[in-house]
Amino acid sequence: MDIVVCMKQVPDLVEELELNDEGTGLNRDYLKLVVNEFDDWALEQALLLKEQNGGTVTCLALDTPEVDTTLFTCLAKGADKAIKIEGDFVGGATSHQAAKLFAETIKTMPHDLILTGVQSVEDLDGQNAVLLATYLGIPHVSVVTGVAVNGKVATVRKEYAGGMLAEFEVDLPAVLGIQAAPQAPRYAPISKVRAMMKEKKINQVTPTDGQVDAGVRIRRLFKPESGRHAEMIEGDANAVAERVVGILKEKALVK
Amino acid sequence: MSNDIFVVVEQLKGKISDITFEMLGKGREMADALGGKLYAVLIGSQCAGLADELGKADGVLCVADVRLANFNPTAYKHALGELVRERAPRLLMIGNTSMGMDLAAGVSALLNIPLIAYCNNLRVEEGKIVATAQIYGGKLFADAEATGDQLVVSILAGSFSADAGKATGGAPVEEIKAPLSINGGAGVRFKQLIEPEAADVDITKQDILVSVGRGIQSADNLELVEELANALGGVLSSSRPIVDNGWLPKARQVGKSGATVKPKLYFAVGISGAPEHLEGMRDAGLIIAINSDPKAPIFDVAHYGIAADLFDVVPALTEKIKEAK
Repeated sequence: MDIVVCMKQVPDLVEELELNDEGTGLNRDYLKLVVNEFDDWALEQALLLKEQNGGTVTCLALDTPEVDTTLFTCLAKGADKAIKIEGDFVGGATSHQAAKLFAETIKTMPHDLILTGVQSVEDLDGQNAVLLATYLGIPHVSVVTGVAVNGKVATVRKEYAGGMLAEFEVDLPAVLGIQAAPQAPRYAPISKVRAMMKEKKINQVTPTDGQVDAGVRIRRLFKPESGRHAEMIEGDANAVAERVVGILKEKALVK
Repeated sequence: MSNDIFVVVEQLKGKISDITFEMLGKGREMADALGGKLYAVLIGSQCAGLADELGKADGVLCVADVRLANFNPTAYKHALGELVRERAPRLLMIGNTSMGMDLAAGVSALLNIPLIAYCNNLRVEEGKIVATAQIYGGKLFADAEATGDQLVVSILAGSFSADAGKATGGAPVEEIKAPLSINGGAGVRFKQLIEPEAADVDITKQDILVSVGRGIQSADNLELVEELANALGGVLSSSRPIVDNGWLPKARQVGKSGATVKPKLYFAVGISGAPEHLEGMRDAGLIIAINSDPKAPIFDVAHYGIAADLFDVVPALTEKIKEAK
């Protein structure tokens, strides 16, 4: 079984996000990118399936800044191949653009199962898994927390609200939007990532047909002006604790 | 193309979800502003019954087929896609829910109609539909529009009043034949619903919840927060990452895919406040948040905020509460 994992680099939310001069997007000059955390869960699910059923895992990503580290990390964790899609992604890529490029690339390679994160922090124009599956014309299930494969059929669990799950059988090839895997994403020691950089190489592809316009224009990107902002309690730990206890006593929440 | 608005009805086990009524209320407003009609799109095994609750709409478009009895990502996408292709509404509103995620992006890619996801507001400005979307984990909002006329939006649950979308009496129902493209479930077959496992404690019934998030860093540190919960006579709950890491059982999870809670006191410890989490706790009586990032979105819903290291504040707080008793 050949599994493809689509991965995206997204802005690191730990850092301050700066807007561009027009206020319509991020200032990407010094933007720190990290791998979309849900894509990391998708990779974990792929590696677990490979351990159970055999086969191969290929990681696929757009050529965004620092993507090499993400892809070598993929290899260090146990993926067999890493491919990056060439193009101009300095200003980022819309979900529709990325999905179309993933689709065009996947068409040229063996694929039984395609896994990707259920969502990312940047997918204003929709989530990758379903866009990708629709461009490929194959089945999809998103918000998946469990996958088992038997021959050409996968049994998957999709999460609904309130902890309810729905179980589906899906004909392969299919795309699954992964919310979580049975275990947390494994860790690749930096020494192993470095070894991969020496031993392995990242394949590069340039899809000839991958143009799509998401058709969404951002008028304005802004920090939410919340009607309600918390009253901030300042001071050292003891001062803060005393103030909180005062508030709780006032509301009769400490008896 | 018309100025009509379609709202996709979401249902589970024969019950219409609140997100549907939220969208019908807002959709009514938008349809009136655009001078179009509001239609509720019902996909399922039958039209009778559920349509009676959809009176806020001008009409119900019902795709009924025994093969659509249960939600099916691909089959529902084709059923909805065919209807949207034929009727060409101006705006298609879908919940940004587990089911809605398969439909919104699906119809967008299938019919090449722009999609704006994670919407928490909609308005009409000079004849244009402007959607406000919550992105970057809730840190930024985007006012966005389609470059063409048609638009699909996926709406975050809790954005609008559900009561505004409820009405007494139903709306006229038009039955529509399911398209051939749903044959064989279009590659997906529903097997069963699995109910959540019985929990040792029901977090939706607690007066005091102390919720822990990613900021706790490791399972070993949970004890620190549990001591605070014990001192307050409350129960430990968590945000999603804690459960995904297997540090707490699923039944303790607050948020979109977990429980919606309304305790008298909600302590958010090391929780940044992603939209999915806020959805489950924003209506708590008193919210106190501790997070090291002073710009964390959790402070936008909390009543009191402490921008500090939880490892300093939590033990001090536990001590003071014990003393106060």
